[in-house]
Amino acid sequence: MSIKKTSLNNLHIKYGAKLVEFAGYQMPIQYKDGIIQEHKYTRSHSGIFDVSHMGQLFISGGDDLTNDLEKIFPADLKKLKTNQSKYSFLMNNKGGIQDDLIITKTSDGFLIILNAACKYNDYEVIKSKLDNQYKLNLDESFSLIALQGPEAKNVLNKVIPGCDSLKFMNGNNYVYKNEKVYITRSGYTGEDGFEISIKHSDAETFVESLIENGSKLIGLGARDTLRMEAGLCLYGNDLDNDTSPIEANLKWAIPKSRIETEFVGSEVLKNQFQSGVKKLRVGIKPDSKVIARGNTKIYNDKNQEIGKVTSGTFGPSVEHPIAMGYVDNSYSTVNTKIFLEVRGKKIPANICNLPFYKKNYVKGEINV
Amino acid sequence: MSEVKYSKEHEWIKLDGEEATIGITKHATEMLGDIVFAELPEKGSNVDKDGTAGVVESTKAASDVYTPVSGEVIDTNQMIVDDPSKINEDPEESAWFFKLKIKDKSEMDSLMNKEEYEKFAKETSA
Repeated sequence: MSIKKTSLNNLHIKYGAKLVEFAGYQMPIQYKDGIIQEHKYTRSHSGIFDVSHMGQLFISGGDDLTNDLEKIFPADLKKLKTNQSKYSFLMNNKGGIQDDLIITKTSDGFLIILNAACKYNDYEVIKSKLDNQYKLNLDESFSLIALQGPEAKNVLNKVIPGCDSLKFMNGNNYVYKNEKVYITRSGYTGEDGFEISIKHSDAETFVESLIENGSKLIGLGARDTLRMEAGLCLYGNDLDNDTSPIEANLKWAIPKSRIETEFVGSEVLKNQFQSGVKKLRVGIKPDSKVIARGNTKIYNDKNQEIGKVTSGTFGPSVEHPIAMGYVDNSYSTVNTKIFLEVRGKKIPANICNLPFYKKNYVKGEINV
Repeated sequence: MSEVKYSKEHEWIKLDGEEATIGITKHATEMLGDIVFAELPEKGSNVDKDGTAGVVESTKAASDVYTPVSGEVIDTNQMIVDDPSKINEDPEESAWFFKLKIKDKSEMDSLMNKEEYEKFAKETSA
């Protein structure tokens, strides 16, 4: 399989990107400034992320579309207003997460943003569960660009006036160079921000104009440290086919109105809502400077294995190692002492609240 | 007179009599990116040529640091433990990792000189 390039590939090279393969695409892991500077620039100003590798699935046609999609996704799609977005999941029959995604109601159907590594499989799964009357289009003719950070609204407003009136988890159509762009106010960094779906041929000039207005390109490396500080899950690390949204501590994304209704995996979820879960995703703060990465084993004070880390790094804004992982539910209470096995040593750590980094309206508040 | 040699694992070693100072090369730090954690061998411990003698971690990954020669650890650089970003700033001078009392000077023979290392680093990163 040949490696794919996004419409911003030349721009990545121009700005000194170190390119890596990610989910079949050649993507920037970092630019000249490096991960820490890029991370901090996003938190203090704004950062531009090429997320064109992600899937943009449009589904339309048929009066029963909302009903039929509610049989697949545990979101309250009937209540969704046009241009409103919700975080949800594609699950298997065991309630395991096949992908986590954002569903937006559009004027003629729904737009679902899918993870890059999952998008082709998601398309097949969703298609197989829907009637032939519906039109599914995994549209690869648009780039997807995220602009994140406290200055994101000011920068974007200079390039596409009016978008600062969007509310969080809402979207709308705008015009850029006489072409339609679709913008949602959302993101994956714990900052205010936008995701812009734009024609490939306009993507490069659009990004250059964001740069001219003070923003900088940010790589996947900083995207990962930003999302970890914000306590957000990465599919494949923190979420997988054997983990339910309840176990992932994402219960908030399953609306009460849907618990008693039927959807793929609903039996398991209903049962977990009533009887609880054995394992739970938690935040983990090591006592020392040692970093516990994904797959690090977690022990209790009696040296019994109680879980495993799924993501871990050094948090550039909290200036401390951070991690998240799954532990036996009886150890999930905040401030429980745990031990992380790193290079043969047991490193003391505490269960802590997520996120590690929380924004307030004036400035960042640090939780670690 | 001191001589500086280089290993294929991207360590540099500076020999002064029987005392060797070891660190990682600028090229290594460029490949690693921002270093956020460093672990050093214990003072008084013995390390064997090509064995693990420390760890550096970037935001992305952990990498072992190897010792290019055998010997007893006589000193370690606490500065880089306290502030690992110093390794990115000055890897081949003030941000050294550890000092050894070396066992066998002839272990230096198989290492590369500056010119050979630069060629090696260029070829392996291409």
